[in-house]
Amino acid sequence: MRKDQSGPGATPSGEQRDSALKIAIVDESPIRAAILEDGLREAGFTQVERIAGTHNLLERIYALDPEVILIDLENPSRDVLEQMFQMSRAVKRPVAMFVDQSDSASIQAAVDAGVSAYIVGGLKKERVTSILDLCISRFNAFARLQSELDHAKGALEERKIIDRAKGVLMQAKKMTEEKAYAVLRTTAMNQNKKIVEIAQSVLTAAELLK
Amino acid sequence: MTQKLRIGYIPLVDATALLVAVDHGFAATEELDIELVREVSWSNVRDKLNIGLFDAAHLLSPVAIASSLGIGHVRVPLIAPFNLGFNGNAITVSPRLFTMLSSAADGDLTDPKVSTRALARVVAQLKSRGAEPLTFGMTFPFSNHNYQLRFWMAAGGVDPDEDVRLVVLPPPFMAESLANGQVDGFCVGAPWNSSAVNLGVGNILHFGCEIMTRVSEKVLALRENWAEENTDMVTRLVRALTRASRFVDEADNRDRVASIVAQRLGTTPELVVRTLTGNLKTAREGPVRTNGSYILVGRDGTNRPDPVQAAWAYAQIVRWRQAPLSEELRAAAQNVFRADIFDAVVGGPATVDCGDTRDSIGVFAGPEFEPGDIAGYLAFWQSNRVQRPRLSVVR
Repeated sequence: MRKDQSGPGATPSGEQRDSALKIAIVDESPIRAAILEDGLREAGFTQVERIAGTHNLLERIYALDPEVILIDLENPSRDVLEQMFQMSRAVKRPVAMFVDQSDSASIQAAVDAGVSAYIVGGLKKERVTSILDLCISRFNAFARLQSELDHAKGALEERKIIDRAKGVLMQAKKMTEEKAYAVLRTTAMNQNKKIVEIAQSVLTAAELLK
Repeated sequence: MTQKLRIGYIPLVDATALLVAVDHGFAATEELDIELVREVSWSNVRDKLNIGLFDAAHLLSPVAIASSLGIGHVRVPLIAPFNLGFNGNAITVSPRLFTMLSSAADGDLTDPKVSTRALARVVAQLKSRGAEPLTFGMTFPFSNHNYQLRFWMAAGGVDPDEDVRLVVLPPPFMAESLANGQVDGFCVGAPWNSSAVNLGVGNILHFGCEIMTRVSEKVLALRENWAEENTDMVTRLVRALTRASRFVDEADNRDRVASIVAQRLGTTPELVVRTLTGNLKTAREGPVRTNGSYILVGRDGTNRPDPVQAAWAYAQIVRWRQAPLSEELRAAAQNVFRADIFDAVVGGPATVDCGDTRDSIGVFAGPEFEPGDIAGYLAFWQSNRVQRPRLSVVR
């Protein structure tokens, strides 16, 4: 606990201790890790460290000696952390978040979002609930972003295919660009297919007839 | 009525019976609509089974026991009504360590008695030079990979906690870690040893069955309370898996099995066949080693969850100080392996063939295992702990 509790702008001791919780983020996705770190810092947690890569993971975690470890569930290195629970280990022994079964809803939410948290022995669950909630919302937000991005990438790909098909038609049939697009669209409608599928067929056919 | 089930698994050859049950229609015949969910870590498999996201899981046998006893993690009673695989692991070492072991060997290195003595000499040499200790990778604290490495090392006088480093390493990282020197060796299941061999970064030193002739590797694990509420589903599941295992064992079906497993694992059918028949290259340009017991998917009665195997796993947990020894825990461990459910489904006890092992485990060193006297069994290893070969033995 800090000595300047009574100083200006001091928060109640409980909160102050929480902001000083040392948090380690182990995530293979650097973007998601950055999003999570930002979120935690905004929430007032000042001691947040990202651990990237898999080399000597356990040693690096021990060196950091965090009170909370957050790891994504797509990470095979989760099993590496299990070694921390071994009886023969002399170091501080973290316990998994899953230990508290009374709160199965938040555990389910965490697993659904794809994140898991480990806390050191003796740390009260209430003190990390806000961290876990924050993780869940940031992980979900990241998943939404990711799917939007995938969608946008897909749309761009489709655009390119259609443009190339238009080019093929314009050259082979001496059409204008508008006419070429109209042909693709009408064909798609008649065959009950997407324009991009027709465009792809045009490209394939052009490739074969080369 | 068709029932939906979600089952988690890790892409390993010992999930074969489960994969074939689903992909070749044995589950559908039992009106089970199974969604197989591929996972990246045993922690995920265990936790998702524990909290009910999975109805069943392909699980390391010692994890099923540890979870039921509440060791190392939250206690969730699991049962294993079906044994998916016996054996299937191997110890692979870097070419550098292989050369060191070869020059320290006083006989044929394929004999684990010889290799463990050689290891002890190498460890002593490194220590006397003040070099870094050897590091070995294994897949999970509660796994045969951990216990087989430890058993092998300790038999030659190497203390796995003092003389070497043992680290958990996810199987997909094993070959790379061996190549870049992060580890000097590892114990892992198929197909990961062969991956390292094919890349030329490792030599298979031992098949797991050379250390322990018969050891339960993976079970189908269910939450005990779920199994009690869904007895009919458990019966159908065990029946589908039993049929799948018989199918796997018929030589005529080999191509079909290999193609199913290869597709699910992302490997080649050829490697799956080599694994299932126990014909593995031990070095990229080296000889093929053959052992019919390399991996057992139901053969010789290994589908039956054997309480002796559960006691053996618990004895390893105790030996390596992951849990205390008590009669209560021993009984609880044995109750995880539900031979009664299996026997009721398949109609009477299966014919179990333990080969020439007298205690049905068949380890290469030490006394026979007596499930009723774990304390006595472990006392042998306690008293033999300090017998280390001296440096003067080195040629």
